[in-house]
Amino acid sequence: MSTADRIDAYPTRTIAGYGVRSGRPLPFGATTVPGGVNFSVYSDRATRMWLVLFEAGAPRPLAELEFPAEFRTGSVFAMTVFGLDEEDLEYGFRADGPFDPEHGDRFDASRVLTDPYARMISGRDVWGSPPDRDRPCPYRPRLVRDDFDWGDDAPLRIPTEDLVVYELHVRGFTRHPSSGVSAPGTFAGLREKIPYLGELGVNCVELMPVFEFDEHGNPRRDPATGAPLADYWGYNTVGFFAPKAGYAATGRFGMQADEFKTLVKGLHAAGIEVILDVVFNHTAEGNEQGPTISFRGLDNATYYMLTPEGHYYNFSGTGNTVNCNHPVVRDFILDCLRHWVSEYHVDGFRFDLAAILDRAPDGTPLANPPLVEQLAHDPVLRHCKLIAEAWDAAGLYEVGSFPDYGRWAEWNGKYRDTVRRFLKGDEGTVGELATRLVGSPDLYSGRGTAASVNFVTAHDGFTLHDLVAYDTKHNEANGEGNADGANDNHSWNCGTEGPTGDPVILRLRGRQMKNALAILLTSQGVPMLLAGDELARTQSGNNNTYCQDNELSWLDWGLLEANAELHRFVRGLIAFRHAHPLLRGADHPGSEVSWHGVRAGEPDWSPESRLLAVLRGGDEQIYVVMNAHWEPHDLELPQPRPGTAWHLVADTAADSPHDLHLPGTEPPLEDPGRYRIAPRSTAILLAR
Amino acid sequence: MTVSVRSREQDGVTVVELEGEITSVTSAELQADILPLIGGTTTTVIDLSGVPYISSAGLRTLLLVHRQALRRQTVTVLVGLAEEVRFVMASTGFLDFFDVRENASAVLGPVRE
Repeated sequence: MSTADRIDAYPTRTIAGYGVRSGRPLPFGATTVPGGVNFSVYSDRATRMWLVLFEAGAPRPLAELEFPAEFRTGSVFAMTVFGLDEEDLEYGFRADGPFDPEHGDRFDASRVLTDPYARMISGRDVWGSPPDRDRPCPYRPRLVRDDFDWGDDAPLRIPTEDLVVYELHVRGFTRHPSSGVSAPGTFAGLREKIPYLGELGVNCVELMPVFEFDEHGNPRRDPATGAPLADYWGYNTVGFFAPKAGYAATGRFGMQADEFKTLVKGLHAAGIEVILDVVFNHTAEGNEQGPTISFRGLDNATYYMLTPEGHYYNFSGTGNTVNCNHPVVRDFILDCLRHWVSEYHVDGFRFDLAAILDRAPDGTPLANPPLVEQLAHDPVLRHCKLIAEAWDAAGLYEVGSFPDYGRWAEWNGKYRDTVRRFLKGDEGTVGELATRLVGSPDLYSGRGTAASVNFVTAHDGFTLHDLVAYDTKHNEANGEGNADGANDNHSWNCGTEGPTGDPVILRLRGRQMKNALAILLTSQGVPMLLAGDELARTQSGNNNTYCQDNELSWLDWGLLEANAELHRFVRGLIAFRHAHPLLRGADHPGSEVSWHGVRAGEPDWSPESRLLAVLRGGDEQIYVVMNAHWEPHDLELPQPRPGTAWHLVADTAADSPHDLHLPGTEPPLEDPGRYRIAPRSTAILLAR
Repeated sequence: MTVSVRSREQDGVTVVELEGEITSVTSAELQADILPLIGGTTTTVIDLSGVPYISSAGLRTLLLVHRQALRRQTVTVLVGLAEEVRFVMASTGFLDFFDVRENASAVLGPVRE
């Protein structure tokens, strides 16, 4: 069928020199139609609306086309414009209406606004390039071709309980000069590292925000060097439908969509799922002092939670709070997620400060938040992983109680804290540790172990190395006098703060890292690793590197050689986990798990206890003993099944390569019924 | 703006030399110019040494030409890719679809089955 076959593929009138006709209200955004482009934007309160067209990169508009009153359907302004060069076009909207903050309206007809549905945005095409603050509409929507050839690619649908998640920052993963990739810090660079991920054994990457944001959105400087700080992590979203151009080596050519899709396709081909960290709790517009980019100028009262006086609620800690349960915003979020699943084939989402998704427009937590329910049951999202960071910055803490509708998983913050406290030798942790090891049935009863995303470290907080090398955070470089970042780190420096040459301390730190990883990778639930922890990456004690676009954050690939021992250990543990379904049981265990102490069958639950052993038994048997005590203990082992004997999989106290034996090479114990566990170490035994 | 198209036949191979930037502005005409040249021989070499830049629309045009050629039982080989063009094609996955050689003389002999 050619364009001539449609009887509406012609303009009905001319505005500002362009042939136009009344458009279709749905879908929102800019959509290519026969002969032209359909533009559609929502605003309930605007009195007038203009479509502003630019030639790509031009400082001044090419034309401004006011939407005639007849082109408005309900609260939607829609117009089809004919004869545009789609590749050379940028656009925005101008909206007029009342400026009456007390009643929620903040229209400013002098501003050209970014389309909330922009599928591609120019303006930050090359990471770090100097911003042009005078440019009208600094983040300009562009049209994108959606005919990427996926071949037979589709989301992988790996059972959640079988995932080993690896959280990474697209830029930080390959930006360091040591990465050896052809385009450091980009989607293309990450694609070149797929073989590394495959060898490590992870089967899911969780990408820190990849929606368009402005890395220059940080006014602070490093007090020591005077260097400007960045919005490096990217949690202040500018465009929710657009991949970050500065993460694409081809962003300067406007090909970020193809580049990101090529990355996803490549990861899928290697058996690795892609989860996006998405930030629907706030936007880059901040509070009253922040820039007007899009939502504020289009329909402030729809998109943001406002106090009765018209101020911004700040449940996110960043200035504003997205009005997630407003019906229009619900649709917006749903459309956005469907877009990433259908257009980009992503496998799931991790929702930043997801407790905000539960709040009503006045901020009240809802027992049945319609947005959360809608996402759980949406047909397009049906097989996506949905993971909540189940708290917000205003004290709503819902770990274990986030409304799950049988679908949602959570970042298990209690797992993190319990394992950390146990490892450093805190009293009174053994009982809770036991609960955490088996998928936290106290929190997720009826939901299964896959509801629990277990982690010891994440981007937010210390790296694993720093968890065992620092008692307190060292965030001076962030320019806030070390006031930012969490204080309750449950960390222990093993004897001295920060770098040391003391071999005893270094050895203990190495063992503590292995202990954490051994516990994590033998726990039921979904383990999540922080990228670089397998190489003992340090941030020099900074536990909040959101602003550090430098070697503090970038992964130094030289560590792969320097810390080959730890890397081998992690790789082996992941292989062990994949080889033994017993460790990944989706149901909370019953009698197939038993607890042990120094004596078999006699776990010590007393507050002073620092040793716990767990035996998992089904067709096979795995025994894991965790000793956080500073003394060794001679263990009496439980009897393995008749005809089998205990074999040693791992002992974090042993020197490499004896710290981990690869599948099939595990040696039998010298004394079949006993094992001496060294101070502060973890051992894994397998009966066969 | 146009892309100039010159073609010749040599050793049973059609060599098409392009010159200019392939963008949304030039690609429709280019596609119309190239398609008639394809199918007369079993191999078409598209020489891009005169092409400093190919846009998103341009890459799609090349892929469409390639697919049309396959339907006519003709193999398409790209040669003479500028470093940046090759990089962009690799990063966006387009390179995976094509047989790419250094230059035309590398093709004027046996071609990959």
